[in-house]
Amino acid sequence: MNPLRRKVYMAAGSTTVSLGTGRKEFHPKKPRPGLEEHIREAGQGVLAQIGGAANVDEGVIGNFMAARFNHQGHLGALIPSIDDGLLWKPCHRVEGACASGGLALLAGIRSVLAETSEVTLALGTEVQNSVKAIYGADILSGAGWFRGERKHGHAHFFPSVFSDRAGHYFEQFGRDRTRNAFARWYRNAIENARLCPTAQEFHNTTADLEALALREPNPHTFVDHLNVFDCSKVSDGASAIAIVSEDGLSRIGVSKQDAVEVVGWAQLEADLTRPPEDPTRLETTRRTVARALEVAGIGIGDLATVECHDCFTMSGLLSVEAIGLAAHGEGPDYICAGETARGGSVPFNTCGGLVGWGHPTGATGVRQAISLWQQLTGKAENWQVEIPANRPYGLQVNMGGNDKTVVAIVYKRGG
Amino acid sequence: MNYPERLENVAVLGAAGKMGSGIVLLTALEMADLSLDPANRDKEFTLHAVDVSPTALKGLVSYLREQALKAAEKKAVALRKAYAHREDLVLNSDIIRQYVQDVMDIVHPTTHLSDTFGSTIVFEAASENPALKVKLFSEIRAHGHPDVWIFTNTSSIPISELDRKAELSGRIIGFHFYNPPAVQKLVELASGGTTRQELKDFSAAFAKRIRKVVVPSSDTAGFIGNGHFMRDLLHAIAEAGRLTAEGHSFVEAVYMINKVSQEYLVRPMGIFQLIDYVGLDVCQCILKVMDDRIPGELLHSALIDELLAKGVRGGQFPDGSQRDGFLQYVKGRPSGVLDPESLAYTPVDSLAATCDVKLGATPASMISWKAALASANSDQSIAAFYADVRKTGTLAADIATRYGKRSCEIGRKLVADGVAANDEDVNRLLLTGFFHAYGPINSYF
Repeated sequence: MNPLRRKVYMAAGSTTVSLGTGRKEFHPKKPRPGLEEHIREAGQGVLAQIGGAANVDEGVIGNFMAARFNHQGHLGALIPSIDDGLLWKPCHRVEGACASGGLALLAGIRSVLAETSEVTLALGTEVQNSVKAIYGADILSGAGWFRGERKHGHAHFFPSVFSDRAGHYFEQFGRDRTRNAFARWYRNAIENARLCPTAQEFHNTTADLEALALREPNPHTFVDHLNVFDCSKVSDGASAIAIVSEDGLSRIGVSKQDAVEVVGWAQLEADLTRPPEDPTRLETTRRTVARALEVAGIGIGDLATVECHDCFTMSGLLSVEAIGLAAHGEGPDYICAGETARGGSVPFNTCGGLVGWGHPTGATGVRQAISLWQQLTGKAENWQVEIPANRPYGLQVNMGGNDKTVVAIVYKRGG
Repeated sequence: MNYPERLENVAVLGAAGKMGSGIVLLTALEMADLSLDPANRDKEFTLHAVDVSPTALKGLVSYLREQALKAAEKKAVALRKAYAHREDLVLNSDIIRQYVQDVMDIVHPTTHLSDTFGSTIVFEAASENPALKVKLFSEIRAHGHPDVWIFTNTSSIPISELDRKAELSGRIIGFHFYNPPAVQKLVELASGGTTRQELKDFSAAFAKRIRKVVVPSSDTAGFIGNGHFMRDLLHAIAEAGRLTAEGHSFVEAVYMINKVSQEYLVRPMGIFQLIDYVGLDVCQCILKVMDDRIPGELLHSALIDELLAKGVRGGQFPDGSQRDGFLQYVKGRPSGVLDPESLAYTPVDSLAATCDVKLGATPASMISWKAALASANSDQSIAAFYADVRKTGTLAADIATRYGKRSCEIGRKLVADGVAANDEDVNRLLLTGFFHAYGPINSYF
């Protein structure tokens, strides 16, 4: 099996803002864009950079639960609504909970590898502010095993899943140092988001972020071991990027310098009905990242930056360990030492990640790819970090559910 | 009879009114929560919501459904545990829907007082009319449960007087919610000299369970809350007279006092807006109760009498929207000021153009009521603001200083007269019942 029998690139990313609480233009009782508007905005943003819809061979869209958040299935057929030039072209939708966006990228990569497409428009979207968070929790609990877990699960289902992981982690490795790492993670996320105009926390002005993040969790109103600052917010948005072959790059008029090359990828699946063997580890993430790095032929020391799936500060911390940058139980020290901050050895989530930029679930995987494309090609404007010439790689990790579906992709600048 | 047994059969009189509907809501939620305790599964909880108006009762049902839904959404974490035994309830939405239904099943809207005769607790939120309350209580005493306890929401009538006249033998307590009961944190608790200890103990437990702050008051007409508010409003009306005598028109005076009592006193609304919110008729009733029972002080407003005679009432429409009074309202915001002669309203915008100049420049250190509530060290900001206010020497500064001093004087007198036990109780009451940003007894003025 050769996972990269042909060169695959990504370029021309475009994303809407992550809309939700925190954005000045967001008001829960006022009309706001729906799926159609978000998809159109992100998709047209790509088409404008690649010479129009005529250059696109096919489309794919990642989405988790529009059927319940918006009573809308059949999202593949919304892709042609972006531009008439996409009519009568193959399009479909993929789903893998919060990794739906990552799966859309893989669908695009596979299609280019299979030579059935030279230019694939890959999108991801979710519009979640259509329901109150307490009902959104029901919908998102579909990323867990509904029949086996929901009845005895928490009102805030997924926060509780990662709160339980945090509880185990506290017990094994110490509560205070771990919570300090959560607070540092939150601070990094917000400080990065403040540099990126599309981020949900772009307008955040809190002075002492770590003090805020260290508020004691309140199990009566939320979960046992996390507070709301440990969680990504409810977000609406769409993101899109072009996935292309070398011929595709020529066709769309984008130079390799302005594109990133996919040098490694992996996608693994765990059993939805089986609880994690060790709640203090993200085993599927560990295996998926290891496989993607192996395909890329690089080691952990070659990474310049990482986009990880910090739907919670806890998953951010566990990702650092699963990726291999810190040993099991040492993630808190690594984070508190500032190694994941933008000035650290391997900056994580440089425009805020899921906690800071936002988490429109089905869009997140695509948004991560865009962020790395911008970062590795020097297009990250205010939030640009240095990409060292001797370790030029970016890693994306997109996770669905409780570490069940994981997509990992390794990139470097195209030329 | 223990706590849940006492709450098995409850009645609320005046259930569809502004206060009654909130009392029904809070009590029904407490009863529903009790019913979910496995220890109480054999009990049947019923709340008779009694009101004279069938139409208003329909409105009550809609209000309860809406508020019970909000309450359920807020406490979904606890409700999942409470309904853990119900295998058919899986999603938050299933559980929330069931809780709302359980609350609604407890409430029995009725227009018949006789439905309450089995109740062991009767909350009374009828209008502030001593004769009416005595009549209702006497009827309940004669025909109701032999051990019925009355919780009156009176905000002015002494409890011992109601007890004596209705011959309740100490089975009554003043349990005064603030408006709106579902939002305001305060309960002002007043016992008559004969109020039984069990009622006092139950009241403390009930208030705690429904998360209210309790401030005790002596059994004096008006208690602490109206003891302050009524004197405060009489000061405002007197100030309007003073400013009119100084050459300002009446509407200008009302505009300026309302503005200063909100913005300079850092309160949620101006005093004339508050009078309108409470209702001129309610204010008149309370003033009369106090005036009849407190010797040596004139607690009466000829202006309020005059306006009521002309049909100006304030208060709320059945849908909850604000009725015009001293001020006119558009979408709940003051838009005009009443001329009592012509009964015409002068637009606020035109008054602002002239009066804001008269009031003088506002110090840059002015702190909004919202900001003061949100600030951890609002005391310092407010002190700095008043220090600046004093320096300006403007008309607004003069009105504000006189107003703040009078408010402080009223507060101190309530303590001196033994209505409140201490300064802290007065301040806590105004902070939690009136949402003031600081207590009236302070050294700012």
